[in-house]
Amino acid sequence: MREAFASLHFHQGGKMTIIVLIKQVPDMEKVKFDREKGRIDRSSAGTEINPFDLNALEAALVIAEKTGAKVVAVSMGPPQAEESLREAIARGADEGILLSDAKFGGSDVKATSGILSAAIKKIGSYDLIIAGIQTVDGDTGQVGPEVAGILNIPHISNVESIKDFTEESIDAVSNVWEGQYLKRGKYPLLMTVTKDVNVPRLPNFKNKMKARKAEITKWDSSHLIDIIDESRLGVKGSPTKVKKIEVPAQSQREGRIFKDSGSEAVLEMLDVFKKSRVLNKEV
Amino acid sequence: MEEKEYKGVLVFAEQKRGDIHKVAYELLGKGKTLCDKLNCSLMSVVLGQPDINVNELVYRGADKVYHIEDEMIFSVPDEVVYAENLVKLIKDIKPEICLFGATTFGRSLAPRVAAILETGLTADCTDLSIDDDMRLIQIRPAFSENILAHIKSDNYPQMATVRYKEFDEAHRDETKTGEIIKVKAIKSGNCLVEVLEEISNENINIADADVVVSAGVGIKNTEDLKMIQELALLLGGEVGASRALVETGIISKAHQVGYSGSRVKPKIYIACGISGAPQHVAGMKESGIIIAINNDPSAPIFKVADYSIVGDMYKIIPELIEAIKNKKN
Repeated sequence: MREAFASLHFHQGGKMTIIVLIKQVPDMEKVKFDREKGRIDRSSAGTEINPFDLNALEAALVIAEKTGAKVVAVSMGPPQAEESLREAIARGADEGILLSDAKFGGSDVKATSGILSAAIKKIGSYDLIIAGIQTVDGDTGQVGPEVAGILNIPHISNVESIKDFTEESIDAVSNVWEGQYLKRGKYPLLMTVTKDVNVPRLPNFKNKMKARKAEITKWDSSHLIDIIDESRLGVKGSPTKVKKIEVPAQSQREGRIFKDSGSEAVLEMLDVFKKSRVLNKEV
Repeated sequence: MEEKEYKGVLVFAEQKRGDIHKVAYELLGKGKTLCDKLNCSLMSVVLGQPDINVNELVYRGADKVYHIEDEMIFSVPDEVVYAENLVKLIKDIKPEICLFGATTFGRSLAPRVAAILETGLTADCTDLSIDDDMRLIQIRPAFSENILAHIKSDNYPQMATVRYKEFDEAHRDETKTGEIIKVKAIKSGNCLVEVLEEISNENINIADADVVVSAGVGIKNTEDLKMIQELALLLGGEVGASRALVETGIISKAHQVGYSGSRVKPKIYIACGISGAPQHVAGMKESGIIIAINNDPSAPIFKVADYSIVGDMYKIIPELIEAIKNKKN
């Protein structure tokens, strides 16, 4: 593995490249869940960039400001996901690449990671890949580390803060293994970030203008065919299949309300503590 | 399909400084029920120093324990090193099912392993069962916990990460015997990532507590926090916090309950001055009994509470503390 890592070449004296993985997701506050039919209705929900991906983008932009790195936003999704790439540019990204093809539809974690990795290989040289810790719709948090696994580069997960960085390496605090670990990663490297890592900036006027005019690169399966075989795309390339969706009932709670009756509540709580046997401990 | 080439259930037993994470015992408990259905053996793998008490995994039901031994390389959370060693073992022993605890490390490691093995992986499962065709059904919440998806994998091994505290720990039986197989570690290492230091190792694990007393931004300073700490202490519990309170710096991130903090499932959860944002509720709604104290009667936290106390926590909590002390005497 040592040899494998060492043979990977990155910016080679030129400008550093940071790739940010972005997903367009429904606005979760507005998605409706039909318990009876076990259906998800996204029709009334608008779309937005997955909130954690905004932190990933912000982390890239901060590094780019100091190092002059090029920031490339990459997203896989339906044609309208182009909007989220424009938004990424409006927030400061240099380029956007949209991976869109009906053949990509229905991709699970493995197929998604495969397609993203193929696109990254096609981009060629890169130093750092940053992804959000998870998406709010799929919720798996697996795509980032899988991409790193496929590309055979190390990853640092659950990054809560970035302490330092240069054009060669980054020092990041990873919340992992029941602790916080300061890790130094040399590029090439993939990092997944949490909401704690920064506060994403808003689009500014100049970048909004830029975003409007920007040419979004669009790749479909034919652009990636030399890197990833068709059998690895979409439903065909997805080993995990959703067999059933359940919309569970909200858990039923007793729901006793105490209003203007603090003392009564205190007595009742004492009883609850006693019954649950949490008062028996020596303090 | 290469069907019965793959056989058995393998549980990854996470360890830190030689201590095995309890989620491994829960997975062995669940793993056993899967094995009974599949009529196969239950295996476990632990990567770590030579002196780990691997017999414990046998007492908890493992028929075979693979101990990948090294004094040094598994003493830091290095996904590359762990993945390389696990992949080698999985390729050798070919289990049909591989289970990982959905801890921060498990969630980071398992996808790397699955990617290298080119197999499917289901995240954060809350239940597992065996279908009529002898394949694994993986049940997991998605869409910010609003739905439960039943997922099946087409290929082997069928891999999943499983949430901590979903299943009971396997019964411990010291008379149980099993085979312990020592495996030599691959030590090619990770030349790109170096662990510089472990910054905090606060010895709190709110996910393990029977009682969690949580505070929100109604707490303005460390002085105010004292009553929360006292109540938690009296109940033998831990202090939790909303994300907003953690952001003020009054309390550390290790206490954060919610979507981006810890998911907790104590016997009793007491939310003090927490409004109940969806991201907080996602981390505590499975608790046994939920008590909420808030002066806003419309606070969403009351929708998930068993006991809703509308009032000033600065009045109610001291009263509660007083009452507990009196009772104890």
